[in-house]
Amino acid sequence: IEEPSLYTVKAVLILDNDGDRLYAKYYDDTYPTVKEQKAFEKNIFNKTHRTDSEIALLEGLTVVYKSNIDLFFYVIGSSHENELMLMAVLNCLFDSLSQMLRKNVERRALLENMEGLFLAVDEIVDGGVILESDPQQVVHRVALRGDDVPLTEQTVTQVLQSAKEQIKWSLLR
Amino acid sequence: MIKKFDKKDEESGSGSNPFQHLEKSAVLQEARIFNETPINPRRCLHILTKIIYLLNQGEHFGTTEATEAFFAMTRLFQSNDQTLRRMCYLTIKEMANISEDVIIVTSSLTKDMTGKEDVYRGPAIRALCRITDTTMLQAIERYMKQAIVDKVPSVSSSALVSSLHMVKMSYDVVKRWVNEAQEAASSDNIMVQYHALGLLYHLRKNDRLAVTKMLNKFTKSGLKSPFAYCMLIRIASKLLDETEGGHDSPLFDFIESCLRNKNEMVVYEAASAIVHMPNCTARELAPAVSVLQLFCSSPKAALRYAAVRTLNKVAMKHPSAVTACNLDLENLITDSNRSIATLAITTLLKTGSESSVDRLMKQISSFVSEISDEFKVVVVQAISALCQKYPRKHSVMMNFLSNMLRDDGGFDYKRAIVDCIISIIEENPESKETGLAHLCEFIEDCEHTVLATKILHLLGKEGPRTPQPSKYIRFIFNRVVLESEAVRAAAVSALAKFGAQNDDLLPSVLVLMQRCMMDSDDEVRDRATFYMNVLQQKQKALNAAYIFNGLSVSIPGLEKSLHQYTLDPSEKPFDMKSVPLATTPITEQKTEIAPIATSKLPEKLAPSRQDIYQEQLAAIPEFQGLGPLFKSSDPVQLTEAETEYVVRCIKHTFARHMVFQFDCTNTLNDQLLQKVLVQMEPSESYEVIHYIPAPSLPYSQPGSCYTLVRLPDDDPTAVSCTFSCTMKYLVRDCDPNTGEPDDDGYDDEYVLEDLEVTVADHIQKVLKPNFGAAWEEVGDENEKEETFALASVRTLDEAVGNIISFLGMQPCERSDKVPENKNSHVLFLAGVFRGGHDVLVRARLALADGVTMQVTVRSSEETVVDVILASVG
Repeated sequence: IEEPSLYTVKAVLILDNDGDRLYAKYYDDTYPTVKEQKAFEKNIFNKTHRTDSEIALLEGLTVVYKSNIDLFFYVIGSSHENELMLMAVLNCLFDSLSQMLRKNVERRALLENMEGLFLAVDEIVDGGVILESDPQQVVHRVALRGDDVPLTEQTVTQVLQSAKEQIKWSLLR
Repeated sequence: MIKKFDKKDEESGSGSNPFQHLEKSAVLQEARIFNETPINPRRCLHILTKIIYLLNQGEHFGTTEATEAFFAMTRLFQSNDQTLRRMCYLTIKEMANISEDVIIVTSSLTKDMTGKEDVYRGPAIRALCRITDTTMLQAIERYMKQAIVDKVPSVSSSALVSSLHMVKMSYDVVKRWVNEAQEAASSDNIMVQYHALGLLYHLRKNDRLAVTKMLNKFTKSGLKSPFAYCMLIRIASKLLDETEGGHDSPLFDFIESCLRNKNEMVVYEAASAIVHMPNCTARELAPAVSVLQLFCSSPKAALRYAAVRTLNKVAMKHPSAVTACNLDLENLITDSNRSIATLAITTLLKTGSESSVDRLMKQISSFVSEISDEFKVVVVQAISALCQKYPRKHSVMMNFLSNMLRDDGGFDYKRAIVDCIISIIEENPESKETGLAHLCEFIEDCEHTVLATKILHLLGKEGPRTPQPSKYIRFIFNRVVLESEAVRAAAVSALAKFGAQNDDLLPSVLVLMQRCMMDSDDEVRDRATFYMNVLQQKQKALNAAYIFNGLSVSIPGLEKSLHQYTLDPSEKPFDMKSVPLATTPITEQKTEIAPIATSKLPEKLAPSRQDIYQEQLAAIPEFQGLGPLFKSSDPVQLTEAETEYVVRCIKHTFARHMVFQFDCTNTLNDQLLQKVLVQMEPSESYEVIHYIPAPSLPYSQPGSCYTLVRLPDDDPTAVSCTFSCTMKYLVRDCDPNTGEPDDDGYDDEYVLEDLEVTVADHIQKVLKPNFGAAWEEVGDENEKEETFALASVRTLDEAVGNIISFLGMQPCERSDKVPENKNSHVLFLAGVFRGGHDVLVRARLALADGVTMQVTVRSSEETVVDVILASVG
């Protein structure tokens, strides 16, 4: 029987639809070098990007994943780990980003808000321990004051873009 | 919220990555604006984001450049921009191991940690603990204690999790915060509860009593957090496992009650805990299985996966418990997640009837190419289990396996298939020829040297005993022509075995050997020359000793002995008997297919347990001159599991002496033991010559003391003896918290359980792959035979088990496995007696109202035969 421990998450990854790393945080020494990490990411991407299956077992690790438009989110844990705990982390990450990016979870929006992503992951997992699982709390703590950006500082296209998004979402709702 | 970093990015259109062509040197150059006044928060934020992005991409930062950027960054603490400050914390954490002098930010972080801004406090604590060492931790101890009990959940959680990270480095400091953690555990916040519980357990895990109390408290009071519940379930099942408590304990009741929790995560954790408990009865499993059955039809893929994976585990041991889920599993066969489908099918293969096997195999072959290697290995494991259950199905299985063997796949997958075929061959003699034929075909085109050599070895072992040994020669000799050195060498060895066993093949084998002697590799040439010369003698005994049953010594031991011999050359030839034997003979048991989770472990030749003991004992001056270590026993417990002192003994046997190693652990935190030794009173003419005490035994740190005993020279048959053991020591009371002992102590003693030395301690297991050849080699010069009645034994299996454990010898030719429904059986045992004398035992067993046993013993030394027969009687 495994030693009970709070250390649950081995890695959090976000890849784009070419399988390139947008974000990667490894919390233990399963893949100590950048080379091994990238090889693992490549393998993971090859095995998952065509199927929308949510969970897989790869290289002896449990991988839960989710894709949206051109982004692939992965949370990785030991094969003995409670799969639903890893799922809780994945959902929290996705829902937090979704709120922060106004449901616009795609590569471009994410790249424009990298600091938000960095801070959100930092609030969700600390050194492999699940720190928070409630997206509301995460968004609150990250407290990006994006809304304060005065209108004058935005370009016309941006204003249009955000207006379009808002209309789209109000229609979808 | 949508904003732009740079004018340039804006123009490059959508889909571009603003970070794509970042140059580390350019970014570091930009970081100079950190020093400008006033600080421009947005630009600085952007640059910090770039730096972290680069680190995240795996870019390497040199110490100097990192330190420079780090020091520039510290200036940004002057700005009150929230996001910028938070990014500073992240930079500190990311650079903690790269930059020098990171402790410079300690006071800024301490200020934020205790300040008014709640948004800063949690992350500041986490960043601070990342750069803190044990001495500095004491300086901020007061703040940490306050933070743990802070009413803001993010602060409390951050402090608890950071404390947990610090335990590894500063256990003594963090353990003083137990009371605060205890208080935090009763928080209303679900994460704080979880983190507090985790920290408390980590601090107390070596103190079983404290863990039990903690569990009692929390299981009664009830928690809000599903995460904390999962943790409690894990702690409870760990404790159940350690105490080997029956399943009527309140801990089991608690776990079972969690099956009715309203959170799926908790329910699954509880079900999984019950399934993984050893010795669960079908009745205890039933409620867990029924919640897993419900999960099988969940819309969430992760839950279905978790459920079917766990059911698959249940099916390995208790297939009947899972049959109730067969219908649900059938529905999962078509699941779009192929992992789930595979697990469902392999579970059904274990639980279903013999008639459904063909249908399921057909279904699985329809998508086997789509699943990952990990799951292909799962499929192979299922087939392997199936072959044991339905031996008659072996032809279907063998066909399926050979198809899989032809497909593409990685090494682990191919190894699993080969292992599975080998185990089928060993279980069903009638499948041997088809199996060997498939393997022969496989090595014709096999890129894995390890597998090729393994199969060649098997061909050498099994091939000569088949009705038509000649047909394998071609496959083997092809390897000599086509493959790498290692495979060629293995092929030569396999050929030699055919020549040694089949007289009519010998002339052709000799011709082939002759050709191998021209090989370009010297290992291959050496082997060929050696076998050629042995085979030309045409002597059965030589063949047995040098071709069938190679060396049985420990390889590292041989290396060491030879090295010693070359350092100290003498007239005497090197004596093979002075080399310690291999302790873990290559098992002839069915090869266990490695569980998928561990398949990543690198395979290397670790020194055996005995080699380690040999090294440790050789370092003690008193034990020099005892010669090589002959055998080390498994540890024997001399105390109950939960006593003040825990003592176990390892018996080390030498040619004329025994060393008893007592591993003692002091479980009292208010005592320091000194000059600990175990006094031994032998019942026979064994003579205690030396005690080596353990100088000091502080709380929970194991220490060893030794007793050296001379074996009786005058009576070589006196192999068994009982020792009464008493542990003697000086006690010094000490402060449980600091471990500081009182100045003076008093002598005390503690009576241990008796220690038995038996005949098994004088015999080392040795595997003879070809027992018949070894039996002839030793010859009947010293053969003796006797018949015994084992009245108390009811089955042949039990008799076989008893004999093996009593004599401590290695069963050969798989004779430890009694075929079902048979009334007689022959057991072959091989070993080496202390002093280096081969000893072989053949025990014929007959079952009729108790077991009758006829034992025949052969050895190169007559006294050994007497010893064995005397001790059996």
